[in-house]
Amino acid sequence: MKQSSVVDLLLLLLAIALLATPAFSDLVLSKVERRIDVTSQIARVTKTLKVVNSGSESVSEFALTFPKFLGNNLAYLSVAPSEGKGKSKRTLVNLSVREADQKGLPDSISVYSVALPKPLSKGDTLTLEVVAAFTNVLQPFPEKITQGEIHLVMLQESAQYLSPYAVESQSLSIKLPNARIESYTKFENTKLQGSELKYGPYKNLQSYSYSPIVVHFESKAAFAVAEKLVREIEVSHWGNVQVTENYNVVHRGAQLKGEFSRLDFQARPNPRGASAFRHLLARLPPRAHSIYYRDDIGNISTSEMKSDSKKTELLIEPRFPLFGGWKTFFTIGYGLPLTDFLFASEGKRFLNISFGSPILDLVTEKLIVQVVLPEGSKDISVTTPFAVKQSQEIKYSHLDIAGRPVVVLEKNNVVPDHNQHIQVYYKFSNINLLSEPLMLISGFFILFITCIIYTRADISISKSSPSYLAKLQWDEVLATLQEVQSIVQKCLATHDKLEASLRDLSRTGDIQTCKAARKSTDSLLKDLSKELKPLLGFLQSFPSASHISPKVEELVVKEKELQEKLMAKHTTVVEGYEKKSSGRDIENRIASQQQKIIALRQEIEDLLEFIDEI
Amino acid sequence: MAALESPLPGTPTAMRNAFGNVLSVLILVLIGVLAFSIRLFSVIKYESVIHEFDPYFNYRVTQFLSKNGIYEFWNWFDDRTWYPLGRVIGGTVYPGLTLTAGTIWWGLNSLNIPLSVETVCVFTAPVFSAFASWATYLLTKEVKGSGAGLAAAALLAMVPSYISRSVAGSYDNEAVAIFALIFTFYLYIKTLNTGSLFYATLNALAYFYMVCSWGGYTFIINLIPMHVLLCIVTGRYSPRLYIAYAPLVVLGTLLAALVPVVGFNAVLTSEHFASFLVSFFSIISQLFCYVFIIIHVVALVYYIKGILSPKMFKVAVTLVVSIGMVVCFIVVAILVALVASSPTGGWSGRSLSLLDPTYASKYIPIIASVSEHQPPTWPSYFMDINVLAFLVPAGIIACFSPLSDASSFVVLYIVMSVYFSGVMVRLMLVLAPAACIMSGIALSQAFDVFTGSIKYQLGASSNSTDDAEDNTSTNNAPKDDVSAGKTDKGEEIVKERSSKKGKKKEREPADKPSVKAKIKKKALVLPLEASIVALLLLIMLGAFYVIHCVWAAAEAYSAPSIVLTSQSRDGLHVFDDFRESYAWLSHNTDVDDKVASWWDYGYQTTAMANRTVIVDNNTWNNTHIATVGTAMSSPEKAAWEIFNSLDVKYVLVVFGGLIGYPSDDINKFLWMVRIGGGVFPHIKEADYLRDGQYRIDSEATPTMLNSLMYKLSYYRFVETDGKGYDRVRRTEIGKKHFKLTHFEEVFTSHHWMVRLYKLKPPRNRIRGKAKKLKSKTSSGLSSKSAKKNPWV
Repeated sequence: MKQSSVVDLLLLLLAIALLATPAFSDLVLSKVERRIDVTSQIARVTKTLKVVNSGSESVSEFALTFPKFLGNNLAYLSVAPSEGKGKSKRTLVNLSVREADQKGLPDSISVYSVALPKPLSKGDTLTLEVVAAFTNVLQPFPEKITQGEIHLVMLQESAQYLSPYAVESQSLSIKLPNARIESYTKFENTKLQGSELKYGPYKNLQSYSYSPIVVHFESKAAFAVAEKLVREIEVSHWGNVQVTENYNVVHRGAQLKGEFSRLDFQARPNPRGASAFRHLLARLPPRAHSIYYRDDIGNISTSEMKSDSKKTELLIEPRFPLFGGWKTFFTIGYGLPLTDFLFASEGKRFLNISFGSPILDLVTEKLIVQVVLPEGSKDISVTTPFAVKQSQEIKYSHLDIAGRPVVVLEKNNVVPDHNQHIQVYYKFSNINLLSEPLMLISGFFILFITCIIYTRADISISKSSPSYLAKLQWDEVLATLQEVQSIVQKCLATHDKLEASLRDLSRTGDIQTCKAARKSTDSLLKDLSKELKPLLGFLQSFPSASHISPKVEELVVKEKELQEKLMAKHTTVVEGYEKKSSGRDIENRIASQQQKIIALRQEIEDLLEFIDEI
Repeated sequence: MAALESPLPGTPTAMRNAFGNVLSVLILVLIGVLAFSIRLFSVIKYESVIHEFDPYFNYRVTQFLSKNGIYEFWNWFDDRTWYPLGRVIGGTVYPGLTLTAGTIWWGLNSLNIPLSVETVCVFTAPVFSAFASWATYLLTKEVKGSGAGLAAAALLAMVPSYISRSVAGSYDNEAVAIFALIFTFYLYIKTLNTGSLFYATLNALAYFYMVCSWGGYTFIINLIPMHVLLCIVTGRYSPRLYIAYAPLVVLGTLLAALVPVVGFNAVLTSEHFASFLVSFFSIISQLFCYVFIIIHVVALVYYIKGILSPKMFKVAVTLVVSIGMVVCFIVVAILVALVASSPTGGWSGRSLSLLDPTYASKYIPIIASVSEHQPPTWPSYFMDINVLAFLVPAGIIACFSPLSDASSFVVLYIVMSVYFSGVMVRLMLVLAPAACIMSGIALSQAFDVFTGSIKYQLGASSNSTDDAEDNTSTNNAPKDDVSAGKTDKGEEIVKERSSKKGKKKEREPADKPSVKAKIKKKALVLPLEASIVALLLLIMLGAFYVIHCVWAAAEAYSAPSIVLTSQSRDGLHVFDDFRESYAWLSHNTDVDDKVASWWDYGYQTTAMANRTVIVDNNTWNNTHIATVGTAMSSPEKAAWEIFNSLDVKYVLVVFGGLIGYPSDDINKFLWMVRIGGGVFPHIKEADYLRDGQYRIDSEATPTMLNSLMYKLSYYRFVETDGKGYDRVRRTEIGKKHFKLTHFEEVFTSHHWMVRLYKLKPPRNRIRGKAKKLKSKTSSGLSSKSAKKNPWV
């Protein structure tokens, strides 16, 4: 803002104020104490007003006035009556405040009207505690600084309280940051004590008295402003509240001009770059978990977290230090336990969660809070301690069909004082929780069923096409092959029996049983080979089995050979026993046979395995 | 005995079959999981982020695709790069990868699974490497049976060479292309084995996908005709070969021509010149189509042979040969004329350096400047394929016994890929699947022989009377023992599996009788002890491979290279300077500002900072790159003029001297000089070298010390430690104190790795003086006014 225009404005204001007719003259402020805190980028004004009704009628409204240039930047205003002298007795109920019409007042004044808790009758007194927070009232001056310069800001106020009522006694104290004070407007009763600047007390002032003051001082506070903040709060009834916050942060202090030198910024012992801020501190709710901090291009590795049972503190450092006018973007996200935030009342559930950003001393120019409720929530209503713009949307997330209802709350110019709890009421039945798992299960079920049907069903179009016929034929071949295999297996099992009988013989010496066993196997094997014959013929009749049938034939031949060898061995052994020759003698005699048998058996097994593979 | 007891005949074998199938499916699933999860080290150790340079471009294209749709994508003219020329992205990019990831993203989102484009891009490569290992299984199974298939799949799942290109976040063409390559080969072999037209059509489609995905499709288009030619020459022509080849040529080429970036190149450039029928040094290459003609001729000959009598046939042969010669001559003449009329003689630089490794470094500095275009060293073979290098020869031998169409293809594949990988380190990637297939075959055969002989020996040693029972039991005993012993490692299971399954390999219509195999088998029976020792050694080899692969995946290939870490005594130190500066650029400069940097950082700047760049990694316009190179090599004033003429507002340099980051711009500077000098002759490399040496210390040449790159890198560097000690070059810098006249520093990242400078506005001499005076007075005033409050 240019210096001359400000002065003009103030002069104009003063003139108008002197000319204006008092409209609310019934009330008198017997005592006004104002304390302005400018240690952060927000000017926080606390006023204690003692109101006396000196008129004859009872009054139920009280008017608060601010100069327009302050009123336009008013972010937060709360008025509470306080009874008694002790501060402990202050009531917590805030009075309703609304912006009143100007009622013939000049444009340079903004008026807010406060509804008093009970009408103030004649001679009664009431003490009001007013808290107001202003953004953008600390003007950087000079507006552009180099990296090495300190950050100076300027505050404009009035030493006397601007009020439509006459003021009997008032004082103002400004709490400045503990740093250099460049200059301030001096009146006769102005005192500077440490970092506290005091004006007054002033006695018996007319209504609309105004005496502008300017304080020019160094500020070390971070002028971090979120141009836009989108907070998404997603409620999952599986036990989690997921909060995702997207910040567009800008440094609203004096702009950096000229070079930025990392060398100077990192220089020790005199780093240059006092006007920049590196960190922001977010105070998250206790038991916050799965915290992340990233931006469009990935994780930002510079953050630090401390947590205890009371709170979780996240110290986040943007990718680069922010100088005046520099911007950045980042996202932080965290999960919160559902039980801490979701409650039930009168058949409804309600989510009780804070409205603003968890980052300390951050001004948000545009805050959008999106509360995503679970799919199937109904009867949604929101209560907020201050006025916000409300609307509803639908969001489609994991496997949703109907979508999740989203409550969207929008508010401009949000300061940390707005970090109060909001309540979102809704109805939700737990059955809905199961719908998505069930959907998944049935999806897989259908998939498998389809697979089964596909593999079982015959879906060829033409039942007479050659390829289809060939396939049918091939199936038959396979079936025949399996039969052949099973028969050969049976043969092999029979061979095993024969061997077993030989072992019995060596143990017991019972030749007769052995012979009987041989007879039975003989007949069995004959039957089996009879069974084999038609199968072989059948196989040979197929052209598609041309490369298999030789193998099968080979198999059968080998099997025959094995049979013969086995029989021969059997005969030899039995004969040996009949001749009562020694065991070793018999073994010697059958040794060569035995080797052949093993080799044959191996070959047969190989062949079987080959057929298996088909 | 079981057969007698069980009422249903044939049940045990059927059961065993079913069990085997289930087991192999299970193993394949596990291999897929292994392939996916071994690539997640980068996400676990770093974060889920896109890696390096090219992936950022692909990511940006995918973002565009998912935002604007396919039609916008085809017509996308990107004005944020190659300023002021721009680039037609839709027509110059291989769209396979982008379309794949875009489709996955679209599919997931339409199922209401809200994954970000970035997440999809990061995980595309691991997913496709699982697919690639399954494709390897299929291919090897066609060649040598499912045992070898499983072994090869397991090897491919973790081969370091492939991992290096497909870790999570490495969102590059190769990620999907290797899958497409193997799958195309599989379908080719499948068609060759079955003669089915269905597979031939699928093959053409797979080839189309490959063409969409990667420039490496030329490898397919060269290899398959060579194999066909080989088959014809060795007398292995069959109708199946015809079906495998002819549809692929016709359909494949038509489809390939649909891809804008390929277009008619598919037929015209010599990159497609197939098999090198090399008469030593003169390269007479045979076109893809030539083989096509040849195969038709051969098919015709076979057909005519079938219907004509031998005498008539001879007459026909002379007739056809004479006519054919004439036709061929004409076609050759036309093609030679076409190729010769194009400027580089039809050969693009990259392929030329394939044939002559020294070509690129001699003539095209822009190709030679890329490290992955250099020939590999021996250690890189060991690093990238490890023990496979030793197993490959064994695999080749196994492929020759017996040699089938399929196994001859694999042999040809490995031979070709070994040659190519020897030329360009990047093509190691093509070698890796071949090496895996060969090693899979080798391992499987070796296990087969060893377990077989153990089985035989055990069977023979117990030639007592109860040998029969022993025989049946030994059938299963060793397998059970071994597999029970090491179920902990998936790979071992696979090997056991392979030993069991790989017994019979002749899956293709067996023209080789098994008698032959049997004879060989008997000859291959080894002593029991030897086989056990050999088995153990093989398992150790496998274990060594696994350890190496996991190490390579975790340590060597997982770094995203945009964020660096170093382990120091006081914990992990992260260097996130690149993203710091890109974030600064993207938030604190005007959206239409132009940023000049060396081309390496072009893709990242457009993707991460969303600012217009002059040159990027696409390197399609050498002159433009040379202009930037010249500017970087010129003195400040000349550089300012060049940059100003290009509308550049910021200059970005990468500087590693403070923390010792070696791949910074000073180390790349000679390439800028060379490339710049290649177009603008007033830049001479010799001016930057002192006695042929590249140095930046006090011995450096004045040209070097006055170049823009030197100044921007070392501006105020001396003030950090008082001496200006460069930790990369390990020396003190030559020129220490200097001021910039035409540039001003606007940002330097935390570790000085990225430095950004702004071009000062042009100075008008007279007004400049006045301004100076004015600014002096005004600053004096303002300082005064700051002290004395003007409002009071």
